[in-house]
Amino acid sequence: MTSELLYSPLFGITLTLSGYFLAQQLYRRSRLILLNPVAVTIVALILLLLLCDIPYEAYAQGGRVIHFLLGPSVVALAVPLYRRRKEVMQRWRPIFFGVLAGAFSSIFSACGLGWFFGGSREVVLSLAPKSVTTPIALGIAEKIGGIIPLTTAIVVFTGCVGAMCGVEFCRLLGVRSSVATGLALGTASHGIGTARMLEVDRLGGAVAGLAIGLNGLLSALLLPFLVLLFG
Amino acid sequence: MKGEILRGLVILLVLQLFGEWLSESLQIAVPGNVIGMGLLLLALLLGWLRLAWVEDAAELLLTHFSLFFIPAGVGVMVHTEVIARQWQPILLATVLSTFVVLGVTAKVGQWLEGDEEGVPDDL
Repeated sequence: MTSELLYSPLFGITLTLSGYFLAQQLYRRSRLILLNPVAVTIVALILLLLLCDIPYEAYAQGGRVIHFLLGPSVVALAVPLYRRRKEVMQRWRPIFFGVLAGAFSSIFSACGLGWFFGGSREVVLSLAPKSVTTPIALGIAEKIGGIIPLTTAIVVFTGCVGAMCGVEFCRLLGVRSSVATGLALGTASHGIGTARMLEVDRLGGAVAGLAIGLNGLLSALLLPFLVLLFG
Repeated sequence: MKGEILRGLVILLVLQLFGEWLSESLQIAVPGNVIGMGLLLLALLLGWLRLAWVEDAAELLLTHFSLFFIPAGVGVMVHTEVIARQWQPILLATVLSTFVVLGVTAKVGQWLEGDEEGVPDDL
């Protein structure tokens, strides 16, 4: 392939969509939750680019186009929320306090464990917004002094862990309500967890979408303050 | 209803742009797309926008929500050095903390839900 073609958006877009399509087929046929399509596609694309010696910048031309769609999709999360407004309003207490507890536990467990296992200050600060949705997490990391690319990696990894194990883990804990499960998936593993929740249950998915926004908002307000306090 | 997809995309993009502008000019840590989500919810609740205008476009985007995270994940390949240097604390803290947050949020949610009237719906 000529480098002109490699560096056209067509290449990265085609690669991402084909990879995702194949990963989804694999996921549907195997029925293995560990083969989460997002995680599988990311690993497969990285390996492919490394093995074929294709520079990341070539892929990124098209990657950026797909990444751009994350923005309007976050705005679109208002739609499932609006549709389920009655159920959500009825349960505002478990939703608000569940996410608040989740936001605090995320910040303290991520930083505490990172520090305990010997992470440097930059690594601990990069771990702090790990459960927050990518666009907000990057804003927070920048503000508190984390390493931005590292935060991206951690946030995506967190999302994959939640999507792979979240629903099953909640069931294991004896949580059967779709609201509480959606709350946990959205708070712990943002959009990737929400996408998984949407497959399981619509109301749970709407609650997960709300939890993304609420956790992002609470973490953006809490974290800079907590870093000042414990810094 | 397919004709409404264009109208819906315009609404989503305009609200995101407005949100980004607010986030930038007010110097707040909340990103523009989250502000845009709040604005869309408000506009729907106040009846300024009709659900039918945005639902097709929203459905289209949200059906493939997880696809849009892939490029950010692939971007990790450029920063393997940072990760290689401290992969143990990163891996352990990320995985364990994700389970902590899942457990705490689900349990607190379930506990407070039980206080309210009505039977929680089963999965």
